[in-house]
Amino acid sequence: MLELTAVSLLNGVVYGLLLFMLTSGLTLIFSMMGVLNFAHASVFMLGAYFSFQFGRWIGFWPALVLAPLACGLIGAAIERYGLRHVHTKGHVAEILFTFGLAYLIEELVTMLWGRNAVASSVPESIDFPLFALFGTSFPAYKGLMMAISVTMFAFLFLALKRTRIGLIIQAALTHPQMAGALGHDVPGLFVLVFAVGSALAGLAGVIGGVMWLTQPTLAHFVGPIVFVVVVVGGLGSLSGALIASMFIGIVQTFAVAVDYSLLDLFRVLGIGVTRASPLYEFYAIKVATAAPIVPYLLLVLMLIVRPRGLLGTRDA
Amino acid sequence: MKTGSALAAPPATFTAAQGNGAGRYRAWLATAVVLSVLPHVPGLNTDFGHSLLSQMGIAAVFALSFNVLLGQTGLLSFGHAVYFGLGGYAAIHFMRAINHGLPVPIALVPLAGAAAGLLFGILFGSVTTRRSGTIFALISLGVGELVYAATFMLPGYFGGEEGITANRTRAPELFGLNFGSQLQVYYVIASWALVAAMLMHAFIRTPLGRMCNAIRDNPERAEFIGYNTQHVRFFAFAVAGLFAGLAGGLHAINYEIVAADSVSALRSGTVLLMAYIGGVTHFAGPVVGAITLTWLQISLSDYTAAWLLYLGLFFMAIILFAPSGLAGLIVMHAAVVRTKAFRRLLAAYAIALVPAAVMGTGAVLLIEMSYRLSTHPELGAKMRLLWIAMDTATPWPWIVAVVLLVAGFVAFRMTWRRVAAAWDRAGDEARGGRFGGGDGSAR
Repeated sequence: MLELTAVSLLNGVVYGLLLFMLTSGLTLIFSMMGVLNFAHASVFMLGAYFSFQFGRWIGFWPALVLAPLACGLIGAAIERYGLRHVHTKGHVAEILFTFGLAYLIEELVTMLWGRNAVASSVPESIDFPLFALFGTSFPAYKGLMMAISVTMFAFLFLALKRTRIGLIIQAALTHPQMAGALGHDVPGLFVLVFAVGSALAGLAGVIGGVMWLTQPTLAHFVGPIVFVVVVVGGLGSLSGALIASMFIGIVQTFAVAVDYSLLDLFRVLGIGVTRASPLYEFYAIKVATAAPIVPYLLLVLMLIVRPRGLLGTRDA
Repeated sequence: MKTGSALAAPPATFTAAQGNGAGRYRAWLATAVVLSVLPHVPGLNTDFGHSLLSQMGIAAVFALSFNVLLGQTGLLSFGHAVYFGLGGYAAIHFMRAINHGLPVPIALVPLAGAAAGLLFGILFGSVTTRRSGTIFALISLGVGELVYAATFMLPGYFGGEEGITANRTRAPELFGLNFGSQLQVYYVIASWALVAAMLMHAFIRTPLGRMCNAIRDNPERAEFIGYNTQHVRFFAFAVAGLFAGLAGGLHAINYEIVAADSVSALRSGTVLLMAYIGGVTHFAGPVVGAITLTWLQISLSDYTAAWLLYLGLFFMAIILFAPSGLAGLIVMHAAVVRTKAFRRLLAAYAIALVPAAVMGTGAVLLIEMSYRLSTHPELGAKMRLLWIAMDTATPWPWIVAVVLLVAGFVAFRMTWRRVAAAWDRAGDEARGGRFGGGDGSAR
């Protein structure tokens, strides 16, 4: 039991940190521009594909730098040449624009790399067990993943709180007009934030591409969960996003490992349920089978209990 | 982008088919006549044509129900297929009960779908409509994923990947309808679609419908008058769920099978595309979108594997340049068709069409070649496109495609200025009337 707990906890933290890498960019963009970027998970997927392609050409380590940079450039282009023009047409048009973009990126990826998963594998240089926990070895690339996520959070936090540009970004978050009136280039900041957010998604993609299958459905696989994290954490709150991603990461990983259903609970409590009982099928669902819906259940629960999210301060 | 905003200014009215009572009844009567004649029109009087029309009818009801949310109430849902699909499941189980002896004619099956749609609309709506705007969009997405995942966890009710099947012919007959032919199915679907469209149109004109429009346009003000916006959103959501469920019921009759794909995010996305491409600011817009997209889906998917990409590009073009959709474009042109500048406008269109076609050819070449190479590498590098044989292993087809694309784009931008100028002129002439005003985007 202890073994299961420790291993699940570790995997949950890894998963949670990856989720956070994705949501941090999304939250940053949202809190600054009020735009929910539906294409964020697609940029993540692009990061995975870029890292595969660059990795094949020039190796994994350069790809680790180049893929996020490419994603950042794409993000900047999306803001500068797309969103900025849609901005005047209202929020629905903005969301729909990014939604359409997500749709297009999926098709473009199919067009360039095909419908099947590409063979992205863990590079040899980090494919060794870092340490063993109760006989289960912990691979080095997961360690690298954690290191990158933590470094990134520290970097982001310091950049926002301790640098001048971070100060201006924070000012533009709450008072864009005032920041503009003081002579700061707010539209330029938007491009910067979008680029940084997309680069973070790309970085998460490099790492996520190793962990999950790099295929055109990848964006759809992670996208909804990322949005759940953003809502549960509270829109626009970086710390909320961190807590929510860790929580969802750990809960979902634990759920996968639990091989019990409501039937087992009833048995312990002495409640007799037979196959003929109504809702038998519902009771028989194992927690492990229900793991994929855990984030969404959490979302609904959160909405009922605390509609603005864990650390959210405003209603969007 | 100046031209974009010029094109983006739609008329201020939000409901099509307006006018006085008599005119409205005439419009509905005309629709009924068209619907009954359509399956006998040459080209559509085959089984394939009837099936196509049936699909269009289902899509139209579904898209209209979606627009009760987006166009009328300003709620953007990414999970509307939930109510379509759950309605469909209820209907298919109802059909199975009929197969096992329940004495109800099949034509009434959509009512079971509508009831389920309403029920789940109330159930999920009570949670999701607590918020509006972006958060509502996210929650609807989450609920969609929840239900989709649940269909696989409860195979007894949902049948998993294979779905649930029933038989529409093993049922008591009503008015001699035995559902043996697709034509009979079409007539049942068309009748229900007409009734649903009339009801939804009537809904907009009820006080509740008007309040929906009010909270779409200015929720703060509606609250100050004393309305609870959350309640209004909830009622609109339940109504939308009801009609989506009805569409799901029609789907169950048409296909005799309902599977997990009917609640999927893909279907939710499709209905969003249909409604938006058709135009959410006009009542008939979603119908236009449903017909166009169903037709494109069936005709294009025969020719190209990349049709979803074309659809995505089309959608983006609508968002950027014509946010009031195809219906908006139609109404916009109808407003200036009588002006003198209209001929000039047509001439400008004709000139701009040439570089647009060149640009489109270049894009299509690039897309088709890449798609072929990436999705069917086993077919080799030689292919036939637009009746021309080409070898994609050589650089020439690629160079030609890129040159066509770039040159077409540059020329198009130049010629489009003439179109913009012609529009300004036509707009000025028509300005005395009802042109101008209204921002047109469904907020």
